[in-house]
Amino acid sequence: MKALIEEFEKVLGKDNVFQDEADLATYSYDAAVLDPVLPSLVLRPTSSEALGKVVGMCNEHALPLTVRGAGTNLSGGTIPKSGGVVLLTNALNRILEINEEDLYAVVEPGVVTAKFAAAVEAKGLFYPPDPGSQAVSTLGGNVAENAGGLRGLRYGVTRDYVMGLEFFDANGELVKAGARTVKCVTGYNLGGIMVGSEGTLGVFDKIILKLIPMPPARKAMMAIFNDINKASETVSAIIANRIVPVTLEFMDNFTIRAVEDFSHAGLPVEAAALLLIEVDGHPVQVEEDAEKVESLCRRLGAMSIRVARDATERDKVWEARRAALSALSRIKPTTVLEDATVPRSRVPAMIRSIEGIAREFNLTIGTFGHAGDGNLHPTILTDRRNHQEWERVEKAIESIFDRALSLGGTLSGEHGIGMAKSRFMEKETSRATIVYSRRIKAALDPKNILNPGKIIGD
Amino acid sequence: MADMKQLARLIKELEDQLVVCMRCGMCQAVCPLYAETGREADVARGKLALLEGLVQEMFKDPKGVNERLMRCLLCGSCSANCPSGVKVLDIFIRARAILTGYMGLHPLKKAVFRGMLARPQFFDRLMEWASRLQGIFVKPVDDLLGASCGRLLTPLGERHIKALAAPPFHMRVKPGSTSPRAAGLRVAFFVGCLIDKVFPNVGEAVMRTMEHHGVGVFLPEDFACCGIPALSSGDAAAFDKLVHYNLQRFAAEPFDFLITACATCTSTIKKLWPLMAWKLSLEAQEQVSAIAAKTMDVSQFLVDKVGVRQADTKSGDQKVLLTYHDPCHLKKSLGVASQPRTLLQANSRYRFKEMIEADWCCGMGGSFNLQHYGISASIGKRKRDNIVQSECETVATSCPACMLQMTDMLSQAGDRVQVKHAIEIYAESLP
Repeated sequence: MKALIEEFEKVLGKDNVFQDEADLATYSYDAAVLDPVLPSLVLRPTSSEALGKVVGMCNEHALPLTVRGAGTNLSGGTIPKSGGVVLLTNALNRILEINEEDLYAVVEPGVVTAKFAAAVEAKGLFYPPDPGSQAVSTLGGNVAENAGGLRGLRYGVTRDYVMGLEFFDANGELVKAGARTVKCVTGYNLGGIMVGSEGTLGVFDKIILKLIPMPPARKAMMAIFNDINKASETVSAIIANRIVPVTLEFMDNFTIRAVEDFSHAGLPVEAAALLLIEVDGHPVQVEEDAEKVESLCRRLGAMSIRVARDATERDKVWEARRAALSALSRIKPTTVLEDATVPRSRVPAMIRSIEGIAREFNLTIGTFGHAGDGNLHPTILTDRRNHQEWERVEKAIESIFDRALSLGGTLSGEHGIGMAKSRFMEKETSRATIVYSRRIKAALDPKNILNPGKIIGD
Repeated sequence: MADMKQLARLIKELEDQLVVCMRCGMCQAVCPLYAETGREADVARGKLALLEGLVQEMFKDPKGVNERLMRCLLCGSCSANCPSGVKVLDIFIRARAILTGYMGLHPLKKAVFRGMLARPQFFDRLMEWASRLQGIFVKPVDDLLGASCGRLLTPLGERHIKALAAPPFHMRVKPGSTSPRAAGLRVAFFVGCLIDKVFPNVGEAVMRTMEHHGVGVFLPEDFACCGIPALSSGDAAAFDKLVHYNLQRFAAEPFDFLITACATCTSTIKKLWPLMAWKLSLEAQEQVSAIAAKTMDVSQFLVDKVGVRQADTKSGDQKVLLTYHDPCHLKKSLGVASQPRTLLQANSRYRFKEMIEADWCCGMGGSFNLQHYGISASIGKRKRDNIVQSECETVATSCPACMLQMTDMLSQAGDRVQVKHAIEIYAESLP
């Protein structure tokens, strides 16, 4: 090992090889509620050449390797294998190109999502995926997890913006997928399998992202309901009327109360549900859509509606949504944020199920999330140190998965499978799916060094 | 008095606060140190994980943890931006006291203490034990902490003397007290070390402003440091002594508010004195909370209590462009940001313009600047660049430590930008 460390130091420089126990401990966790695991080494390449080299060296020495951007993963995808290597991308953080003629950008994997979005916006362009952690999350991590966000309903998720990828395979050889063109059918769609592969099939070196023009206008409103079903019918009605809002967010009564306690924004604490709706596009169309949405909300039984007339009021509408996770997480020490997703029409059934599960296991669960795309965030508030309660939490999580699957949904809408959900994979798919995936993994990574144990287990 | 009983109590409180961090990592977006180094051990989440790892005995390297814990500006940007409301500064201050205390312990006692950490269920009984052992161990620990206090405070003093050109404030202005007139209010003025020794003109501007508004001022004969340099180095014993000394001085006369022109002194008195007061006598604890409640920044006092307002500005006037830097200890720690801006705009000779990232830390961080000058300077350069980009001729702030750092950065780059305290700008407008 000592000789190998010296080799790494030669490639990366001494400052970019961390081996003190105290440094290693700071790369042993991510944002998932899981036990930390100490790596044996943390490496920080500062060039793509060095990145490829260290991947090859890890393979040569059969060292398990976990790539880490900002470590905001909610399913344990960035928790290393014990004794393995953590590979940091935060020194590979250059935006290499923003092409305004052909509407694409080329970035290194360590670019922070919000910084990229701001750089793109400064040129009047738009990169829509906006995961909750965008202020710190990296684009490499977003692609590896196929991250979503609030704008999924109208603009899709990270997958919809990946035009091409260059990545190192397990041997440290550079593989190219996709192109800078809108159309490209050259070879296998390797980008397709890499997006959402959670670092198990390759290490990203460069990412080509699609950009779109910034919509010139937008309008936000808040609709308050005394019945969850009415809120949900409204969601369906908006879409049935061929209006696709940018965001269509939901908050349940518990979350409304928590937010009101926390930020005193004047929310109606008796309301059963809140919908936060924003439409965007051409100014004339925005006005028309906003009016239609407003009248639909009224017709379907909204108790009251607040339409934001300017940017300040718009901020106020979104303040409530932004405060949701903060407000909930302050209630108890441990916050378990789930993302089981169901077809949009099954949202009311899913919400009722979650309420039932909270009662059955005697737990506190607040639910908010992306009602427009069926991606809810049941948030379990607990204290992990209370072992009895924690057992109930684990059972409740399993029940939430079971329920989402029985409603035709999926285990994870946007947080990934990682370690937290890998044992449930077969429930949603099939034994054959796992075996098939493992064969792909074994063929591409015979020594199983690339983020082993994630998604498909060991 | 870093005896075992106190360490145990501090650790126990620490555990309850540590568990609040959900490792979301949002602190990475705002940490000025992390922005320079990109190392997880430099950001709050990393440090909190280290402390938790130590308490849980996931690894055994208190020295390594302490070194990393000390690499922090204590600017509080993380705390102000934390979704789950982790009291990061309270934790770091306590942890520094614990680790400094722990490392000063006799090896045998360390062994006992480690045993306590591993088995929290025995805490209470061990605390009783510790109280019996206290007599044996307290003395050497005290000696050690006493020594570190001296070691600590000297380099600060040396550094500031270089900047000192004129007699200090306490030799320029006589202590004493004046009665309230027009305003009907009386304040105690806590001058603070940097204003006394480096920026006496700021202290004079405070006195002139109070005189102008008919505010009575109580200026005690002598005063001690607010204690932050000692506490941020984990020297709780020296901190306690300084708090005690100050309490006695300010108990001498009644006053409505205690004002300072130093953001760091204000936030230390308001937040850290009460945080660390639990080991003082009941009477002293009451004194601390009474003083903390009355303490405020001078601009907050002038705007909220005296009623200073922005001047009516006529356009077309020849005006000096002025910008403002938010001291972390004022905006992030105490939420005071609008009042100093009002104060600046009360002087019609200037035209106010915001710089970008006005509340990004200047990189000073008190003793951080002494121990990690390289990083401190690169954070400071970012501030300098933003000041220069604003094209202002003067930058004002509300903290003498920030003034030192910005002066250093601007003068090293050869920029012709004046650094002033907000109260100086306001005092210029007085007849």
